[in-house]
Amino acid sequence: MGIGALLIEKTILVTIIFAITLAIAAYSTYGERKVAAFMQDRIGPNRAGPYGIMQPMADGLKMLMKEDFVPEQANKFLFHIAPGLSMLTALMVSAVIPWGKSIIINGREIALQATDINIGILYILSVVSLGVYGVMIGGWASNNKFALMGALRASSQMISYELPMGLSLIALLMVTGTMSFNEIVSQQNGWNGMQWNIIYQPIGFVIFLICAFAEANRTPFDLPECEAELVGGYHTEYSSMKLGFFLFSEYTHMFVSSAIISTLYFGGYNFPGINSLYEILPHNVVALMGVGALMIKTLFFIFLFMWVRWTIPRFRYDQLMNLGWKRLVPLAIVNIILTAGIVLLVNK
Amino acid sequence: MAEYSLSNRKVLVSNKEMTFKERLYLPAILTGMGVTLNHFFKKKVTYIYGEDKREFSPVYRGLHVLKRDEEGRENCTACGLCAVACPAEAITMVAAERLPGEEHLYREEKYAATYEINMLRCIFCGMCESACPKQAVYLTDRLVDVDITRQDFIYGKDKLVEKVDERIDITNRQHY
Repeated sequence: MGIGALLIEKTILVTIIFAITLAIAAYSTYGERKVAAFMQDRIGPNRAGPYGIMQPMADGLKMLMKEDFVPEQANKFLFHIAPGLSMLTALMVSAVIPWGKSIIINGREIALQATDINIGILYILSVVSLGVYGVMIGGWASNNKFALMGALRASSQMISYELPMGLSLIALLMVTGTMSFNEIVSQQNGWNGMQWNIIYQPIGFVIFLICAFAEANRTPFDLPECEAELVGGYHTEYSSMKLGFFLFSEYTHMFVSSAIISTLYFGGYNFPGINSLYEILPHNVVALMGVGALMIKTLFFIFLFMWVRWTIPRFRYDQLMNLGWKRLVPLAIVNIILTAGIVLLVNK
Repeated sequence: MAEYSLSNRKVLVSNKEMTFKERLYLPAILTGMGVTLNHFFKKKVTYIYGEDKREFSPVYRGLHVLKRDEEGRENCTACGLCAVACPAEAITMVAAERLPGEEHLYREEKYAATYEINMLRCIFCGMCESACPKQAVYLTDRLVDVDITRQDFIYGKDKLVEKVDERIDITNRQHY
């Protein structure tokens, strides 16, 4: 027992988280097409396997078999690393999410979290802001005006929406008093697993949700890749699996954002009646049920992302900037002041 | 001028200031999401081609059949009138002479050794059917199967001639 056991334990955990993230991201592409079809009274993909469930494999294979084209005038090095960078930053965020309460194997307590750093929220904010690099480098290295326009839009949009996102998290920090994800989730365990932060921070949640849409480049904030004006946006010049990586990182981002929303505002792995269940069922069973609860919440938010995408059109660019700077930032500041006042009153 | 409208769907465009509720956008977005969620659970209108079959009218013109007579002999004598009548030039055939001992296979002295219809060229107009003097070719209410290559859509006699023991009913089309 020591550093070796810890290393093995963490390696297994990270591999599982990585695999689940990729699997869910892959099946989000299938889910997206099915949700889109259903909302348009269609059936959607149904040829590959029963109900088309093999579709992600078929898509992946198709992507790999395509010609991998690199433009003559492109900056080769940056062109090649951009999709990987995009993927890397999307995956890095999942490191601090507590997927469940610890499980106990042979008397050893194993935390279901890759790493519990005490500045989890700061880590999230910094990694999310790195996410713009994949898009920006990809768009710039292509040496294509449409790609550059897309990259410019993406970077200015992401930078603008990080501000209200950070401000909405400050209000949350005032309520929780900690930056550690593990502690934030534990605090939401009150009232038999029902004391979720959404009750204390409804405005903060709405702001965070809108910003999460913008950070993941999803409709109504999908201007960076708007087909009508920019051909494909920052990935215009990309083909084959590099394009696949860009598209895939969007879905990874969506999954991770959903997990963060569920963790911060919807109780993470807590579910109603969790404490009563701990008294009757074995510890590990309830812990795994908690993981399931978090997954259900996450899947709901992924569905919400898709639901919104197939409901409303995208913003115009100036509307996007107006919303970010003139509406969300002041609203977030008002939210901070309100929260501060209430916290002060209650603690007196 | 004031109330004159051909379609009765005229809507006056107004540039009035939006109310506070409208400027929030969120109520409107939620209404829209209600609409899409409603559609999410609606019955889908798609018919899966090749698996489902929608209801056809009795005169529907689908996949062709080469008929046999009551004794199971092929009606077609390879006169070529259908090929001439075909506006899409989808039909080709090669004629052959009936040999002694083949009387149970072909009704007359001449028959079609090969008879091919290109289903990608065919426009299902039914001109071949009306041109045929021997009541040999008819269009039916069947669908052309899905396939992958263009070559697979050139239907030969193996797919067109009806089987002796499973005749294809075309009587519905005769009433119209």
